[in-house]
Amino acid sequence: MTNLFNYIDRSSPIHRLSGASKLVCLLLWSVAAMTSFYTPLLVFLTVLALILFRMAKLRIKDVSFTLGIMLVYIALNNILIFLFSPAHGVELYGSRTVLIPLPGRYSITAEQLFYHLNVILKNACTIPPVILFVCTTNPSEFAASLNRIGVSYRISYSVALALRYIPDIQREYHDISLAQQARGVEMSKKANLIHRLKAASTILIPLVLSSMERIETISNAMELRGFGKGKKRTWYASHPFTPADYVSMIFCGLLLIASLALTAINGGRFFNPFR
Amino acid sequence: MEKETLIAFRDFGFQYTAQAEPTLYNINLDIHRGEKVLIAGPSGCGKSTIAHCVNGLIPASYPGKITGSLTVKGEDAVKQGLFGLSKTVGTVLQDSDGQFIGLTVAEDIAFALENDCVARDKMHEIVEKTADLVDIRRVLGHAPHEISGGQKQRVSLAGVMVNQVDVLLFDEPLANLDPATGKQAIELIDEIQKRTGCAVIIIEHRLEDVLHRHVDRVVVMGDGRILYDGDPDTMLCSSLLQRSGIREPLYVTALKYAGVSPTPDMHPSSLDKLSLTQAQKDQVLNWFSRQPSPAPDEVTPLILEAKGIDFTYEGGHHALKGIDMSIRKGEMISIVGTNGAGKSTFSKVVCGFEQPQSGSLTLNGEDLTAFSIKERADKIGYVMQNPNQMISKTMIFDEVALGLRNRGVSEEEIRPRVEETLKICGLYPFRNWPVSALSYGQKKRVTIASILVLRPEIMILDEPTAGQDFRHYTDIMEFLRALNRQGVTIVLITHDMHLMLEYTPRAVVFHDGKVICDASAAQVLNSPEIVTQAHLKETSLYHLALQCGIGSPEEFTRRFIARDQEVRK
Repeated sequence: MTNLFNYIDRSSPIHRLSGASKLVCLLLWSVAAMTSFYTPLLVFLTVLALILFRMAKLRIKDVSFTLGIMLVYIALNNILIFLFSPAHGVELYGSRTVLIPLPGRYSITAEQLFYHLNVILKNACTIPPVILFVCTTNPSEFAASLNRIGVSYRISYSVALALRYIPDIQREYHDISLAQQARGVEMSKKANLIHRLKAASTILIPLVLSSMERIETISNAMELRGFGKGKKRTWYASHPFTPADYVSMIFCGLLLIASLALTAINGGRFFNPFR
Repeated sequence: MEKETLIAFRDFGFQYTAQAEPTLYNINLDIHRGEKVLIAGPSGCGKSTIAHCVNGLIPASYPGKITGSLTVKGEDAVKQGLFGLSKTVGTVLQDSDGQFIGLTVAEDIAFALENDCVARDKMHEIVEKTADLVDIRRVLGHAPHEISGGQKQRVSLAGVMVNQVDVLLFDEPLANLDPATGKQAIELIDEIQKRTGCAVIIIEHRLEDVLHRHVDRVVVMGDGRILYDGDPDTMLCSSLLQRSGIREPLYVTALKYAGVSPTPDMHPSSLDKLSLTQAQKDQVLNWFSRQPSPAPDEVTPLILEAKGIDFTYEGGHHALKGIDMSIRKGEMISIVGTNGAGKSTFSKVVCGFEQPQSGSLTLNGEDLTAFSIKERADKIGYVMQNPNQMISKTMIFDEVALGLRNRGVSEEEIRPRVEETLKICGLYPFRNWPVSALSYGQKKRVTIASILVLRPEIMILDEPTAGQDFRHYTDIMEFLRALNRQGVTIVLITHDMHLMLEYTPRAVVFHDGKVICDASAAQVLNSPEIVTQAHLKETSLYHLALQCGIGSPEEFTRRFIARDQEVRK
């Protein structure tokens, strides 16, 4: 079954953490990694992320698709940086050590390469925790987690419902598209753009209409069972916090503090080996 | 002692804001604790509106003007509001898929408790207890698509029972269930009511199926008014049902044809309690022997032939296991079986939506394998169950013309063809109307017209009459029969045993990806093993025939249907 939440049910210390504390950790971690260009910290976070992956008993093949996308993204990101500002590293680090002279601005400098290393490290220590969160958090717990960190329960539940209905709508889209093809709607790439837009509308209109029916039913069903009655609600799938939850949140909090402190001590976000 | 009155309508009327006329007039109705009441009536009679008033969706979701009063547990319903009423009235909606809110069974049952801020541990305890009550403890961790239709309905029921409600309200509980599951649902409702002592209101037009278990009262509605409010036995002895467009139980109709007029002391509302004197039994027997046997249909050449069709979905679900089946030109047949038995998958394979891993498929002796979806559609038309899933144009004419326009037919040729098709479908007067102005049944016709215009040799229709009352059911089916007489071969995928008996001489039964029976509809329904295996339901005629000592219930069924067709014309 296709599902955005690629939850992989295994028994590990990471799986046992509450969804809410994992979400808090993810946010703290991401801010810590994003604000800093302090290379040793980024290396430390990347190594730690890999260790957490092992702890969660995830295998490379479980996440190969997402990992593939991540690598493509990192490659594109770096190529574009180099194309548009090949001397960014020189500006940042205030020195210029040419390794391979090339025409125009495109000489390869040690500073630029070091800057690219930092960009790669940043991606490598922010993307894996997101994958980790998605793979180890039961979708049922997700809405509860959002609500726990302060998002209104109505919004949290809408997100969860959207996730719940995505596979249904995909299936419906597939069925409608087949029935329309039978009536001669051309869906292949042979048709020109205007034809294809028209073809898309013959599928989207029925899809929207039947989704509206669905929404009416579901919202009636929810109200009939008291949804939206109080300011708060409880969650069947939430986990109470355990000491491990507090420890991990405190740890990620410390990471953020360390990251901010390093920036303050350094007088800048960048670790500069060229000075 | 007089039982506590839970719901009281007094001179109650209601008019939807968007409508020119009131939907309910002068309703006076009491529902007491421990009572089981069936509210029956054709579509548009106001029975669903009554349900919406009782559970508070009116006026919360559907605003309008209320006259008179409605009290629930002695308090004004409007003042209590939707949330207040949900503590007293638990509603199980018609669509057990649509009302499944949680990601798993357990979460869905817990939904109302979550909204009441019940603590987590307490919630787990209540959910487990309630799950035991409806016997779904084993599937608590399952997702909605992993459980059967019957189980989904149990989940819906458990989801409202956690509130300790005093009234259970079922809005068309049988609409989406296969016959056997529908029967079990009625048994479950009965059992839960006995155990909890709450009041039960069932809104349904399928009278015979609900009467499978005792009901205390039947309320018959028509045009927004209550036409009858009393015990079911007396109702069945009157001519009220024929007048109000609800189908009476087949065995009662059969008795009337045989000249036996039912009286309340015969207990006609229950097939189990029905008591006939020897003289009355002889009357039925005599009628049976006088009735001519319908002539068998002539044998025509084969049109579609499937041999050894085997199909496995990507996920590994082995949906079709060597299907052999042939359809003759001009036939009208039913394909029946449980959800997931392979009926829909088979029709998808025939239409080319899915490619079988092995087996052959021929149309008029020509191999279909190399034909694309579009090419097959010129010969085989497929009509989906929900018309909203097919309609993509705003105007009726354009919707019907879509298939022709996509095939590059010239406008001069399109106009007469579309108009001709609209005439056949009884939609010609509406040709310039927007689709949105049509009723559900009319939209269904539009989708049939939009396929028919392509002049297919075979039409496959998925549940053509789902959710339709007796009048609309008859309309649609008579229309399909007329098409059939004009030479279109018709294949119906259905859960409706009446439809299968009345309109399709032949029925093919699917079970677990195989064809387990291919015989006349009457034969299928009179073979107990097939009936049990494929979740069908034997007709009440079968039991009546046995009770009257008729040796061949199958023949009795056939003669009854033939007679009934004549009478209804």
